[in-house]
Amino acid sequence: MVSMKNGLKRIAIEPVTRVEGHGKVTILLDEKNEVQQARLHIVEFRGFERFIQGRPFWEVPVLVQRLCGICPVSHHLAAAKAMDIIVGGENLTPTAEKMRRLMHYGQFFQSHALHFFHLCSPDLLFGFDADVAIRNVIGVAAKFPDLAVQGVMMRKYGQEVILRTAGKKIHGTGAIPGGINKNLSNEERDFLLKDIDQMVKWSRGALKIAKDYTVENLDKVKDFGSFESNHFGFVRSDGAMDLYHGGLRAVTATGETIFDHVDYREYLDYIVEEVKPWSYMKFPFIKSIGPENGWYRVGPLPRVNICDFIDTPEAEEARKEFMAVTDGKPNNITMAYHWTRMIELLHAIEKIKELLHDPDLQGNDLVVTGERRGEAVGLIEAPRGTLFHHYKVDENDQVTMANLIVSTTNNNEPMNRAVSKVARDHLSGVEITEGLLNHVEVAIRAYDPCLSCATHAMGQMPLIIELVDHSGNVINRKAKGCKLPEEQ
Amino acid sequence: MSDMIQITIDGREIEAQPSQTILEAAQNKGVYIPRLCYMKGLIPHGSCRICTVMVNGRPQSACTTPVAPGQVVENNTDKLMALRKNIIEMLFVEGNHYCMYCEKSGNCELQALAYRFGIAAPKYPYLFPQRDVDASHRDVLIDRNRCILCGRCVRSSRDVDGKHVFEFVGRGPEKRVAINAEAKLSDTNLEVRDAAVEACPVGAILKKRVGYAVPVGQRMYDHEPIGSDVEAGAAK
Repeated sequence: MVSMKNGLKRIAIEPVTRVEGHGKVTILLDEKNEVQQARLHIVEFRGFERFIQGRPFWEVPVLVQRLCGICPVSHHLAAAKAMDIIVGGENLTPTAEKMRRLMHYGQFFQSHALHFFHLCSPDLLFGFDADVAIRNVIGVAAKFPDLAVQGVMMRKYGQEVILRTAGKKIHGTGAIPGGINKNLSNEERDFLLKDIDQMVKWSRGALKIAKDYTVENLDKVKDFGSFESNHFGFVRSDGAMDLYHGGLRAVTATGETIFDHVDYREYLDYIVEEVKPWSYMKFPFIKSIGPENGWYRVGPLPRVNICDFIDTPEAEEARKEFMAVTDGKPNNITMAYHWTRMIELLHAIEKIKELLHDPDLQGNDLVVTGERRGEAVGLIEAPRGTLFHHYKVDENDQVTMANLIVSTTNNNEPMNRAVSKVARDHLSGVEITEGLLNHVEVAIRAYDPCLSCATHAMGQMPLIIELVDHSGNVINRKAKGCKLPEEQ
Repeated sequence: MSDMIQITIDGREIEAQPSQTILEAAQNKGVYIPRLCYMKGLIPHGSCRICTVMVNGRPQSACTTPVAPGQVVENNTDKLMALRKNIIEMLFVEGNHYCMYCEKSGNCELQALAYRFGIAAPKYPYLFPQRDVDASHRDVLIDRNRCILCGRCVRSSRDVDGKHVFEFVGRGPEKRVAINAEAKLSDTNLEVRDAAVEACPVGAILKKRVGYAVPVGQRMYDHEPIGSDVEAGAAK
């Protein structure tokens, strides 16, 4: 939709495509077509935090994962980690923790593969402003059929891992308070081992594509939607990347420590969420720095930036190569998310392979419980970044309070910065085309946002882009994945 | 045996004992008549009407109708199956049944019947009633969102446990299972091992902190439709 506001021309990209969930971008242009303001709005609202109140606590890991169909395992596990604390069972048995980790790495593998091959590869393979008719997953399948098949098969493999750990490919029930409800049978292990080497090989290939793209196009991508930011996530006690559990670490854009190895149960002492009237998504920032400069990025790029090392050999080699580009300092290039996402893809499949050879997965000691507690925080590194779940449970076992800070919420300010930067760099003073507007979406996609999760909402992803001149006349209008109003 | 009674069900000759209901006689011979409020060991209630069969041309609940010599019973007919399907669909929209996260999923008789009858989504509009959850008891909770008023808890508590913990109150759309106490479930003498707790066919009365302990794939109806055990002749 396009309109005039205070003499400014307003362009709306609504909704944003090839991301999870509904969002829109508004760009305000002045009479000279210079960008005055650009924002990513999250326009859905679902309210999980409210309607899980009153539900029994053991239901929450299964209920709350319905936030999302792409990475439900992350919500399932974050909630389960919180409920572990509620039942006094946070010191999981080896079988329980390894089963959950296997589930989590399966989730990373399928989610990162989905994003790279299905959502962002059209931009990388065809160019940001290529013909929109081919710049999509069907176009990829037509021109690069091998890659398309790899994308599908890798996602399928990740889902098979989830099936055998959670009980279902989507929205399973595996993680229960204090543990897990099944182990991995020998048959299930052997099934997953059958294709593991192929998956490792394809992951290397995907990493190479992402790396080569970034290195070969460094001049083009280094400033694309890029800016300096703080980086946030958690790391293992020895500083290793750990996607399942760790202490909070935040560093500045140049790598100075803001805080390190913080017990995440004290996150409220370190993170504050700000509400803005134009978005359903909140804006978190680091308390000690304040809202102006305390915002931070989460996800693959910060995780690779903040960790001291990765504990799987091939991913560690890849990390070193990546860090060498910025001489070991944090990399602040938005488009570098793709490269780091593929480093994590390789890490996840290396971890899966390692776990499948661990006999603890066939153990039968599945659940522990201890002292009952009334409040708990569960954090996990989800594919899109750090995910916070915080609950209070009363003496009747019913949830009385829930607070969720999802990965995409953490990246709210950075995505807005990226949108703003791309709009100013590429849309100011020029004739705006669909390809140029896609540049804005490319910057958003780098973060792999899940807008459904961010507002705890769900839905379809139609997109209407309208271009209006400074007088408010609609110059052009395009629809993706939906009909224009006049066609309906 | 000379005192046995001969009836037919869908044209098949069935020999029954005089004390049996049509449902019991059918079950003994491997004929499944769908049911919800019926539960072995409880006095039949005849309220859910899922087990409606045609007896000599007239609709009767199979769980309450005794066998009689020469009865001609119709069970597996298009008309009866459509009737049962409609009842199941109405039960779904009358309460708040969210199978996707209900811990009874896979072990729920209502859900299992829906699968057996091929119900993908209800065709009637949801009523979204306002119902409450009573989790005051230490070991048991009642979530009335999922109650289908089958009365199995009422009968179990009264006839098996001898406690009268549950009772129906209200009429029509206002009807609900009440607690025989001033206020809450915790005020009753209900115990977690009571038959009334096991009797619930849906996720309305639940043992606390059990949740999803049984993994997907190992639940009662994960592999075979409800009634398959009867048809295999395994059930007694």
